[in-house]
Amino acid sequence: MSDTVEVSARAEPAPAGRPSRGLPRRVGEAFLRRREASVLVVAVGLGVYFASASPAFLTQPNMVNIAQATAPAAIIAAGMVLLLVSGEIDLSVAAVFALAPFNMHYLTDYYGVPILAAIVLALVISALIGFVNGFITVFFRVPSFVTTLGTAYMVIGIVLTTSHAYPAPIPDAATETIRRWFGASDWAHLSWCLLIVVFFHLLLTRTRWGLHTIATGGNPLGATEAGIRAGRIKIGNFMMVATLGGFAGILDAFRINTIDPNLGGGFGIMFTAVSAAVIGGTSLAGGSGTVIGAALGALVLAELQNGMNLIGISANPYFLILGAAIVVSMIANVYLSRLRRAGRS
Amino acid sequence: MAAPGGEALRVEHVAKRFGGVTALRDVNLRLGRGEVLGLIGDNGAGKSTLIKILCGFHQPDAGRIFVDGDEVVIKSVDHARSLGIDTVYQDLALVNELSVYHNMFLNRELVRWPLLSNRRMRRLARQHLEDMGVNIPSVEDEVAKLSGGQRQAIAVARSVYSDARILLLDEPLAAMGAKEGALILDLVRDLKARGEVSVIVIAHNYGQILEVCDRINLLQHGSITFDKPTSETSVQELTDLVVAEYRAARTQKLRADPGMDARPTPRR
Repeated sequence: MSDTVEVSARAEPAPAGRPSRGLPRRVGEAFLRRREASVLVVAVGLGVYFASASPAFLTQPNMVNIAQATAPAAIIAAGMVLLLVSGEIDLSVAAVFALAPFNMHYLTDYYGVPILAAIVLALVISALIGFVNGFITVFFRVPSFVTTLGTAYMVIGIVLTTSHAYPAPIPDAATETIRRWFGASDWAHLSWCLLIVVFFHLLLTRTRWGLHTIATGGNPLGATEAGIRAGRIKIGNFMMVATLGGFAGILDAFRINTIDPNLGGGFGIMFTAVSAAVIGGTSLAGGSGTVIGAALGALVLAELQNGMNLIGISANPYFLILGAAIVVSMIANVYLSRLRRAGRS
Repeated sequence: MAAPGGEALRVEHVAKRFGGVTALRDVNLRLGRGEVLGLIGDNGAGKSTLIKILCGFHQPDAGRIFVDGDEVVIKSVDHARSLGIDTVYQDLALVNELSVYHNMFLNRELVRWPLLSNRRMRRLARQHLEDMGVNIPSVEDEVAKLSGGQRQAIAVARSVYSDARILLLDEPLAAMGAKEGALILDLVRDLKARGEVSVIVIAHNYGQILEVCDRINLLQHGSITFDKPTSETSVQELTDLVVAEYRAARTQKLRADPGMDARPTPRR
């Protein structure tokens, strides 16, 4: 092995300046390097197909529909990717998604908290739930699957008990401007979503936090041996997912103009976010994943649901396709990462 | 062979138990400045426990540790590093998913807040590996793509780069081909030639360890039972010591449980 690599490090130019190889080869390498690329191709392909199949697909109202369907899953997935990369999962985020708008409602309507402060407090409470998830997982060494399964049911229980399972109206204290900013206007979802995706993409790929997240999931023992506080990283990521879950829930409540105890569908939006992450190339085993890939994954899922609806296919096979997409992208993932490591250079 | 410039590390009466198991009973050890000390011992003698105490991963139950003559209580891995103690673990503590240069700077990243200074880390890692004579195709490759020897070399280079003054190598030659092993031995020799770093090497291959070490210590049942300069010992003597220990242990067991040898061994 080692005798094949006696190329001096000095002789290696910057990657952009690599000696010219064939274009197909370079495109191939770009695909291997950037897992997002293949999801992007699927997303664009689906878009082109549905646009040609239905004239309604590319209309502005439908674009808004797709954006609004993509955003909550993509926002949650942004945090979920970091958590999955650090080797954990959060099943309770859909419950937090439903709880946060209720907390906003309780705080403004029962305790007279100003609406913006109530939104911030609702997010703080979401973060606290994330902290509890992380704390139990890290210090009691309960697998996060189990921890968050428990907290998910507990939070769902809290939502149903406190709301008596009835929907509530958006607080009157919320002015038109606030409603529009937090989800009622056409492009609010998409704007927040893009902001959050870019932020978390940079967090994962360009900061110490992201690097330590990858190290924590990729080699837990090695990371601690290097002095990384893996527990702190995990707890932080749990808190981020939960906060994003709460935020996405508030956006959705403003969009549908009601605070619904069934918002998020129990576990539904969580599974959509995890599916988006997996389709986007995140490994559930920890150590690798991309936020942009997950956002594109969410887009693919939204396009599928929306497009099938438009061209008149019943919504029922949607799950069939979703399931197949998850399995296929997972196989591709494993296969591609093996290719990438085969030392093709 | 007295080390130049006095004492880098001294360990006095260090003991460590894990539940009912005594890992270290009473360890006394000294490491001269610029010295390479070989630590040998049978599996389970406590070598790794000792290393993990010195690098701050475990805290000892008793005993004292001196670095450069000053007593220290090593609280954490970070604290050990700030004292100039760095470790290359048996498992290397490399992250497969990260590039070579990110691994080189793991938990010591260069940052221009809030972002990583990737370009600077890349340049420094490339230059440093070159200085150390470690050849890899590119510092941007994921560590997963490298061979065992290259990974080992990167782990060693990382510790040296951290300005470690005391370097602990936990079985650097385990699971490694002859050629890759030679690479590590060369690295240790280079360090020795520079004289800035004191090294403790744990190894099973006595031939290789005698080649690079100034002094050999044998750890048996949680304490150091043998301490000689390399020039006064041989592979034969070291092997005999460990084998004698094995025989003694067996006799003891037989005495405690005479039926042990009489029991039929299961056949296939």
